[in-house]
Amino acid sequence: MTMSAVMNDEKPEPGIKLTERQQRARRARSIAIAVSLGVLVILFYIVTLVKGPAVLVRPL
Amino acid sequence: MSITASRVEPSIAGVGDYIELMKPRVMSLVVFTALVGLSIAPGHLHPVIALTALICIAVGAGAAGALNMWYDADIDARMTRTAARPIPAGRLLPGEALAFGLTLAVFSVVVLGLLVNIVAAALLAVTIGFYVLVYTMWLKRTTPQNIVIGGAAGALPPLIGWAAATGSVAIEPFVLFLVIFFWTPPHFWALSLYRSEDYARAGVPMLPVVAGITETRRQILLYSFILAPLGAAPWFLGYAGPLYGVVAVVAGCALVALALRVWTERHDHAAGKQMFGFSILYLFLLFAMLLVDRTAPALFSHFTA
Repeated sequence: MTMSAVMNDEKPEPGIKLTERQQRARRARSIAIAVSLGVLVILFYIVTLVKGPAVLVRPL
Repeated sequence: MSITASRVEPSIAGVGDYIELMKPRVMSLVVFTALVGLSIAPGHLHPVIALTALICIAVGAGAAGALNMWYDADIDARMTRTAARPIPAGRLLPGEALAFGLTLAVFSVVVLGLLVNIVAAALLAVTIGFYVLVYTMWLKRTTPQNIVIGGAAGALPPLIGWAAATGSVAIEPFVLFLVIFFWTPPHFWALSLYRSEDYARAGVPMLPVVAGITETRRQILLYSFILAPLGAAPWFLGYAGPLYGVVAVVAGCALVALALRVWTERHDHAAGKQMFGFSILYLFLLFAMLLVDRTAPALFSHFTA
């Protein structure tokens, strides 16, 4: 076995290794964020249609 | 706030933990009272704009709940009722809750201001700020009047709903504000009567802990005497019909009767528990009747036309 092979064997894998539970939680959070952003986009789109040009009018 | 991050592993918080952080039951009450404020307002608001306003108010209430749980994590950890919340249970880091709460607060206020109107957005911002800065960070740990003054935050949603519809505020939603404001102390003091040990352990100066059970019972009775006629005020003032009036008067009498029971029966907590349960029903009945009173005639004429 060469010296470089030994060094490669001892080198830990870079980054954090997520457990199965952490991966599932992260995936669920990512989906929730995506859905929330999607809802926000649709909300702005529909309100713009409803209000028309008045969407920019916001009297106190 | 003394809870600090004790782990550095990636988060295991699920979507359910974040939803729990928003206090869904409080959110539902906030949305319901805001809906009533919105529906008794004069004029017509497009259903999409009304829905947008309610979503923003719900998210704003969720933000306030999340920021409250972030700051009160140390208290929650010491109380049986709250020890299983996401932060004290270790499923969420305080920093995650803070970031979540702040993001929701900013988004809810900005979107309400952009899509509905600025008065409603300003009121929502005041509500969140009052709940977090005045109630949670200041009053809750310093005075037995914490829920009296802090109750103003929970009483504001009908005003926000009205403002979303009209762009202004008026006496009608202000009366609803007063109803919730005077409802809050007897509601929470009834709970604290049989949770006083929990509050004492957590160091929260609730009235039974600081002034004793007898004084708390007296205060519950006093506030109930104020609340009962106030609950009927929308009828006296002419913006709610006789159905509302009858329900408000009967429910008000029942509330006072229960408060009298709390005052006289001092041997167990049964009266306090009944008072707590009925106070929820009382507020629900009043606001539901207002909603029925306002929407039923319109629905009736729509279907008979």
